[in-house]
Amino acid sequence: MPAGLNRALLTVAGAIVAVILAIAICSVAIVAAGGGPLDALAAFFDFGATERAQSNGVAALIDRAIPLFIAGLAVAIGFRMNLFNIGVEGQYRIAAICAAYVGSTFTAPGWIQISVIIIVAALVGGFYALVPAVMKVTRGVNEVIATIMLNYIAINLASYLVRGPFSGQKEGDLTTTTPPLPESAMFPDLNFVFDWFGMVRPTRAGGLWGFLLVAIVLGVVVWLVLERTRFGFNVKASGLNGPAALASGVAPKTMVIAAMVMSGAVAGLIGLPEILGDRGAYNSNFTAGLGFLGIAVALLGRNKPAGIAIAALLFAFLDRAQGALQEAHVPASVVTIIQGVIVLLVVIANEITKRLALRLEERRAAQQLARNTPVEVTA
Amino acid sequence: MSADTLATAKPAVELEGITKRFPGVVANHDIRITVRPGTVHAIVGENGAGKSTLMKILYGMQKPDEGTIRVNGAEVSFRTPSDAIGVGIGMVHQHFMLADNFTVLENIVLGAEPKRAGLLDTAAARARINELAETHGLRVDPDKLVEDLGVGDRQRVEILKVLYRGARILILDEPTAVLVPQEVEELFQNLRELKAEGLTVIFISHKLDEVLGIADAITVIRRGTTVASVDPGEVTARQLAELMVGSELPTPETRESTVTDVVTLKVSGLTMEADGHRPVPKGASAEAYVAKLREEGKRLLLDDVSFEIHQGEILGIAGVEGNGQSELIEAIMGIRPAHGLIELTGRDITSWSTLRRRESGIGYIPEDRHRQGLLLEASLWENRVLGHQTRKPARRGIWINRKASKADTERIVREYDVRTPGVDTLALALSGGNQQKLIVGREMSGAPAFLIAAHPTRGVDVGAQAAIWDHLRDARAAGLAVLLISADLDELIGLSDAIQVIYRGRLVAALDPSDITPERLGGYMTGAIAGTEET
Repeated sequence: MPAGLNRALLTVAGAIVAVILAIAICSVAIVAAGGGPLDALAAFFDFGATERAQSNGVAALIDRAIPLFIAGLAVAIGFRMNLFNIGVEGQYRIAAICAAYVGSTFTAPGWIQISVIIIVAALVGGFYALVPAVMKVTRGVNEVIATIMLNYIAINLASYLVRGPFSGQKEGDLTTTTPPLPESAMFPDLNFVFDWFGMVRPTRAGGLWGFLLVAIVLGVVVWLVLERTRFGFNVKASGLNGPAALASGVAPKTMVIAAMVMSGAVAGLIGLPEILGDRGAYNSNFTAGLGFLGIAVALLGRNKPAGIAIAALLFAFLDRAQGALQEAHVPASVVTIIQGVIVLLVVIANEITKRLALRLEERRAAQQLARNTPVEVTA
Repeated sequence: MSADTLATAKPAVELEGITKRFPGVVANHDIRITVRPGTVHAIVGENGAGKSTLMKILYGMQKPDEGTIRVNGAEVSFRTPSDAIGVGIGMVHQHFMLADNFTVLENIVLGAEPKRAGLLDTAAARARINELAETHGLRVDPDKLVEDLGVGDRQRVEILKVLYRGARILILDEPTAVLVPQEVEELFQNLRELKAEGLTVIFISHKLDEVLGIADAITVIRRGTTVASVDPGEVTARQLAELMVGSELPTPETRESTVTDVVTLKVSGLTMEADGHRPVPKGASAEAYVAKLREEGKRLLLDDVSFEIHQGEILGIAGVEGNGQSELIEAIMGIRPAHGLIELTGRDITSWSTLRRRESGIGYIPEDRHRQGLLLEASLWENRVLGHQTRKPARRGIWINRKASKADTERIVREYDVRTPGVDTLALALSGGNQQKLIVGREMSGAPAFLIAAHPTRGVDVGAQAAIWDHLRDARAAGLAVLLISADLDELIGLSDAIQVIYRGRLVAALDPSDITPERLGGYMTGAIAGTEET
């Protein structure tokens, strides 16, 4: 068996074991909370009684997975070189509000309008990530601390902006919001996909968001950049062995700045699916906490775009069931427990399978070579 | 000393037939050592000869695969260091293991605290420490913070820590590596007092003059096994060096000279400060600035190093480890800033980045292949790309050319006889020798003009060693300029066209390898033969 395939199989096996174990552990939690594990399991797969409810459920699942996927990508870019960009949370919020405001100030044909909004979001997110990167390379400030602090600044700055300079609130409105985006800014939905499967088109929250396509393209681009380009190689080398990367001519400071800005630029897009697909503005109902969830998604997906996609879908699948669980008399917070347990177990499983794979590889190579190499005395 | 009467007593430590294997290599092989009680017994050997493994076995950090250990006549088997401490063996590590923000007293009792009613009994601890310090002449103030202590004092704290736990046999691992000469003398005074108290000291070192100055008996280790036990009164430093280096290795001799008069690398006035690089102040010349540093008594890691290497020439740098070799390499590679001028094929590369230097034809075989040479958790072909990201065949525009890289890795595997199941295998699965052959193959790729080879055959088996030497010779014949840094004196003498000795950051002697022996070279390296008038 080729060495690469061997390692991949081990990884998948580890992840599956972790998820099964997590379900077992959570069953205990559900029983303790007074529910039935089987009821809970049924609730996860219960997408509603009517056809329309089922379509809405599927759309909600995918819509939830899109920003999680983008958030996972953003975090993974940093993780690849041992940079912990905890600031994804702040980067996407500040980027979302700036992009929503800029988008509302003009009207242009759809593709221009949307492109401008995406570019503004990426620029703002990248710029906001540049701050901790510069602090790190010039002053040695730990990026974890810097980004956590910048999160607070971003969150509060965003709530100031939405009330003050960027406010589009009309007299009598209950929610604070930026001015509404013109119709041309709304990303066309993908509801027609449901026709292909003979399902009813979803109606809730804009249906299936068209930003899904952007996310898929983004995933492919990130994969290409990380796995196939020289830049990606430098990122990998810096992450695996800093001194070796340095000795081979990779400039560590440039790499920190480039990786951090790229991470921030991707993070800037996290809020757009929701704004362009449903809300048409940044308002007080805007989904928070995606940046932190992105950390868990990236961990779960082992920093690889395909893995992150699966992890994002899994998280979205669990999140979607919150309503159904309550109807089955299981506390909805069980979902959070399951998510936490899965992340923990997967991190452990990753570490175990990684060591196992390395040891197997060592043994395999040693066996192949032992036949014709006599043992030498060295130290 | 009453060595004659003590000789009849039971040996303090007796090692017989100790063998330790690691996957693919044997680190220790049939080690036999007898240490008499109340003596200072030195164990000498080159770096990588197997001294550290042996000490780890004796201190219970590793279990031998074969052989017996006897302490004071009784056979013992250690599973952990606490077993070793239990029979009175203590270890003073080369790198101090002290908590900086604790006082001397707290550090000494840490892990073995005397308690009274559940609280630390400071008074009892102080009394015992003072008593120990008194009897062994190890004066330190128990209430000082360790961070305020100098290196010599810290070492005394380490020794006290071991004595406090009741050790009667002390292992000192390269204790003088971090000391200045005066402190070395102080340490030796302390050791003599310990000996007078009847304690046994096992002293590990590769500094021959020091060993001869303190030891009552010397055991030489070479390539993992004990090759001789000698009396310091009956050997000279030269004979010891000969024993340490050995002569049964395949000879790395180069045939006729291929040196041309074209200068490939020229280094002039290279100087590096110990406490961080500072740019030369505006208006002042570099020389004046360096002279000022010297005047102020600043420690310099490199001090006015100048040399030239010609096309087809191998320049060997001899020196005891830690005398500026690593700094010299890092300065030439552009990893660490230094004052001075570096020219490659006539171009001033002083201000160039590491990448640009590599692109313009510098190859680098690092001294620690795991730290600087390899991505252990990446495949062989990715390791082939490392350092060549911006050059053919690894590069294709902004992309990595995977196909060409893999093909070229296969070429290296073939030409350099890298034993591997395939180019997708992870680097960590290979033995040290094969990893090293891969690195040599990589660094020779892309026709470099100049190669830094730091300990190119360290920790590799004899077969790989001979192969690597052949490749270096061939490249030299093809016009490569090589800077060779090695602790293996035979290798250095055999391969080099010229040898420079580095001592405390300065080049102190230029020697002709055709008319020098390892023993004389060893003398220059330790400063025993004066190529310099300094201490």
